[in-house]
Amino acid sequence: MPRPGFVLEVDRSTPPILFWRGENFSLEKLPADRSRVIYPPEPLPAIKDIDGAIRHALLHPHGQDPLPSQLFAGMKLTIAFDDVSLPLPKMKRPDARQRVMEAVLDMAAAAGVEDVHIIAALGLHRRMHEYELRHALGDRIYDAFHPRGLLYQHDAEDPDNLEIIGTTPHGEVLEINKRAADSDLVVYVNINSVSMDGGWKSLTTGLASYRCLSHHHNGHTLQNTRSLMGHREHSALHTSIWRLGKVLKDSGPKVFQIETTLNTDMFPEAYSFINKREWEWTAKDRATYLGVSKGLSLLPTKMARKMFHDIQSPHQITSVQAGDTELVHDITLEWVFKQQLVPVEGQTDILTLGIPFVSPYNPDSVMNPILVMCMGLGYLFNMYRNKPLVREGGVIIMTHPTYRDFHPVHHPSYIDFFEQVLPDTTDPVVMGQKWEQQYAEDEWYRHLYRTGNAYHGVHPFYAWYWGAHGQQHAGKIIIVGGDAPTVRRLGFTPASTMDDAFEIASDVVGRAPTITHLHVPSLLVADVS
Amino acid sequence: MSERRTTSVAQLRKVAKVGDAASAAVQSALRPARNLGFPYRKPSKPKGVVLPVEPNTLGADFDTAWARKAPAKMVRTVLTAGALRAMVKALANPEVEGLDRLADLLEQDPLPAVIFAPNHHSHVDTPLIIATVPEEFRKQLVVAAAADYFFDKKLKGNLAALALNAFPIEREVTTRKSSDELRRLIDTGWSLVIYPEGGRSPDGWGQEFKGGAAYLSARTGAPVVPVFIDGTGSIYGKGMKRPKPGRTKVVFGAPLYPVDDENTRRFNARIEAAVTALGDEALTDFWTSRQRAANGTNPKLTGPEHNGWRRQWALAEQRKLGKAGQRRRQNRRWPDLG
Repeated sequence: MPRPGFVLEVDRSTPPILFWRGENFSLEKLPADRSRVIYPPEPLPAIKDIDGAIRHALLHPHGQDPLPSQLFAGMKLTIAFDDVSLPLPKMKRPDARQRVMEAVLDMAAAAGVEDVHIIAALGLHRRMHEYELRHALGDRIYDAFHPRGLLYQHDAEDPDNLEIIGTTPHGEVLEINKRAADSDLVVYVNINSVSMDGGWKSLTTGLASYRCLSHHHNGHTLQNTRSLMGHREHSALHTSIWRLGKVLKDSGPKVFQIETTLNTDMFPEAYSFINKREWEWTAKDRATYLGVSKGLSLLPTKMARKMFHDIQSPHQITSVQAGDTELVHDITLEWVFKQQLVPVEGQTDILTLGIPFVSPYNPDSVMNPILVMCMGLGYLFNMYRNKPLVREGGVIIMTHPTYRDFHPVHHPSYIDFFEQVLPDTTDPVVMGQKWEQQYAEDEWYRHLYRTGNAYHGVHPFYAWYWGAHGQQHAGKIIIVGGDAPTVRRLGFTPASTMDDAFEIASDVVGRAPTITHLHVPSLLVADVS
Repeated sequence: MSERRTTSVAQLRKVAKVGDAASAAVQSALRPARNLGFPYRKPSKPKGVVLPVEPNTLGADFDTAWARKAPAKMVRTVLTAGALRAMVKALANPEVEGLDRLADLLEQDPLPAVIFAPNHHSHVDTPLIIATVPEEFRKQLVVAAAADYFFDKKLKGNLAALALNAFPIEREVTTRKSSDELRRLIDTGWSLVIYPEGGRSPDGWGQEFKGGAAYLSARTGAPVVPVFIDGTGSIYGKGMKRPKPGRTKVVFGAPLYPVDDENTRRFNARIEAAVTALGDEALTDFWTSRQRAANGTNPKLTGPEHNGWRRQWALAEQRKLGKAGQRRRQNRRWPDLG
C-alpha cells in the first residue's frame, strides 16, 4: 500500500534534502524549526491488466455509446494524440498512447473503417522526430500509417487545413484542424500527467491555430490564472478553454475522449534514491547518489543531458476512461489528485524549488533559461490548490545552473527572445503588446515550425506567460548556482549557495522566515488551506 | 642367367616363410580374444524363451532432467550467448518485432511461464527463437522437440537437450507422460517453445495447427504467445542439403489466454488465427493485417487451396514479400548493355 504524501517539519536531526540542479543534484541543509518539506505520495499501483482495462473503457464509456457502435464502414475517423511533451521522463515502451491507439484501431478494423487519419496534436510545439513518434505510437502503427501519409503532425500555420468551428460569446474564435473538423468521429488519446492537461484543453489547443490559441495564451490571462493545477473556475486559461469546448461540443465534430493517468514511479532502479525520502536511503542509495552526483559533475553537460534524456521511466497507467470529454475529465482529475494531492497548512515566506533537467518543452533538448523560468514559476510554483504555497510578496528560490545554452533546431526563436525581448522587458503583458506579433508572424520561424523541428516563433512568449502569475506573486526570485548574467537577464537574483540565497531573501522576508521546500520528483499538488 | 634366377627364387621363398611366420604369430595372438565368449560377449538366446522387454530410454522416454540442472544451464548460457547467437546472426540475421507486446508479462513478479507458439519451417527456427525471446524467458526455456527425430539416438538426444534444452514429445499421439511432464515444467516456471504445426513444413507453406499449445495453456493457465517466423524456410527448409544464409523476421504477438467457455479446439483456432495475422503483419503492416483479421481475410499460413505447380508458384510470390525476398531483390543487378 503506497504511503500518502506528508509534510516534514525540519529539525536538527533532519538530513540534508535532495534538490535538483538541472543535470545534477545537490543536498541542502534547511534551517531547523522553521522549514518544512512537502513529500509527494508514493506511486499508486499500476493497473494489472492494462490492455483489458483499455478495452473495458472503450466498451463502457461515460456518457456515450460504446466505441464499436460509433464506428461504421465509410466513416471518416480521426485519431488525435498528445505529443511527447509528456509524460516526463518518457515512459518505457509500450507507451500508453500506443496501447490505447492499437485497441481503437482494432475496433475500427472490425467495423470496416477504411478512412483513418492519425494526427499528432502539437499545437505550437515542435514537430516530433521519427524516433519520438515511434516511441509514442510503436513501430506497428508508425509503419502502417506514416508511409501512406495517414499519420502526420498538426500544422497550426496551414491555412488550407484549418477550419473555423464557431465563436464564443466572448469573441474567441475556435479554429481547428480541418480533417478533424470534417470527421464523423474524433478519438482523442490523452496522457494526463498533471491536472492542468486533458479535458477540452486536449483538442482545442492541440489541434488549434495560432489565432485560436492567442485568445487564452497571453500575459493577461495567465496572470489571472490563479489555480493552473487546481480548481478550474479559478483559472482564466481553463475558463476560456472550456468556453471553446462548448463551441466544439455544439458545432464541431463528435469527440470520443480517452484519458489515461499515470503513477509517479518516474525513475528506474538505477536512480532509486531520487524517489526515496532522504532518511530512508540505504548504503546502496547513498553510494549511488555519490557515484551519480560526482560522475555527473565530471561529465560535460551534453553527455549528462543525454544520459538523463535517455531515461525510460517505469511509470505506468493507473486509470483509463473514455467517452464524453467533460465526464471523462472529471474522473481523470480524481485519479490525478489521488496520486498527487498533499494537504498543507498555511503559506510560507520562502518557497524552494529544485529545477530538473527537463520541462514539457525540452524533451531530448536543452533546458534553456526561459524554460528554467517556465518550469519554476509556470509549473512548480503552480503545483497548488486553493492558494499558492508562498505568500504574496514572498521569495521563491530555485536551484539550477541556468546556462546560456539553447537548442538551435528546437528553440530558434527562444535565442532571439533572450537577446532581443528580455533586455527590453520581462513584463508578460508589455512584451505581448510590443513583441509577440513580430515573432508570431516571422516567416523564417514559421518555416522552421512547419518544415523542421522548431517550436513556433511565438512559443518563448507562451513559456514566459506560463510563469506570469508566479512572477507577479513573488516579491523576489533567486536562482542558486545559475550563471549570474543570465539570471539577471531573466530579471531574477543570482546566488552562489543556498545560505547566500537565504541571506539575500532576508531583505524581503526578514531574518527568520518560514521556508517550504517542494520535494520534486515526483509530482505533487499542495492542497493549501 | 639361370644362376641369377635360382638366387631370386630362393630369396622369395625366404620372404614367404617370414611372412607365414608373422601371420601365424598374429593369428595365435588374436586367438584368445576371438575365442572369448559369454560373459565377455552377449549371451545367445535359447530357443523358446521370451526375453523381458528393457525399458526404452530413447524417443519420448529420453531422460532430459539433467539438462535443466545448474551445470547444464551454465553450459547452455555460455553456448547461447556465444556460438548460438553468432550462428543465428550469421545465418538468419533476424529482425525482431512485437517484443513490446510482452512488456506486461515481463513486469510480473514472479515471471510467469509462457508458451511460445511459432510457425515452423526449419531447424533454424529453434535457435532463432532462443536467441530472440527476452532474456528473462530464455533463462527458463524448454523446447518441445520431436521425440522420433531428435531423441532417436543417445548422442543426438543429449546434444539437443544440452544445447537447446529440448524436451521430447511425440508428434502424432502425445502420451499422458509427455503432457504431464510439460505441465509440471510449466507449473514450476519453465516457459515452453512448442510448434503447433507438429513439424517443419514439407513444402514451404504452413500446416494446420495441432492442439498441444492450447491444451497446455488451458490446463496450466499459462498464456500463449503467438510468434511468426519469416524467412527460415529459404535458409534451411526441409529437404535442403545445406543452409543458405539469409534474412529473417520474428514477430511476437500479444499473449493469448484461454477464455472460460472456450474449448481447446476453439482456443487452438484462435492461436492459429493470431499467428496468421502476425504473418500478414510481417509481410504488410499492422493496419492492413488488423483490417483483414477483422474480415477473416488474412492470407492463410497453409497457402492456397490448389495443388501442384500453382501452389509452388504462389509460394515464390509470397516469399518475395518477406525477408527472404528482400535478399533476392538486393542481389539483382541491372544488365550491362555495353
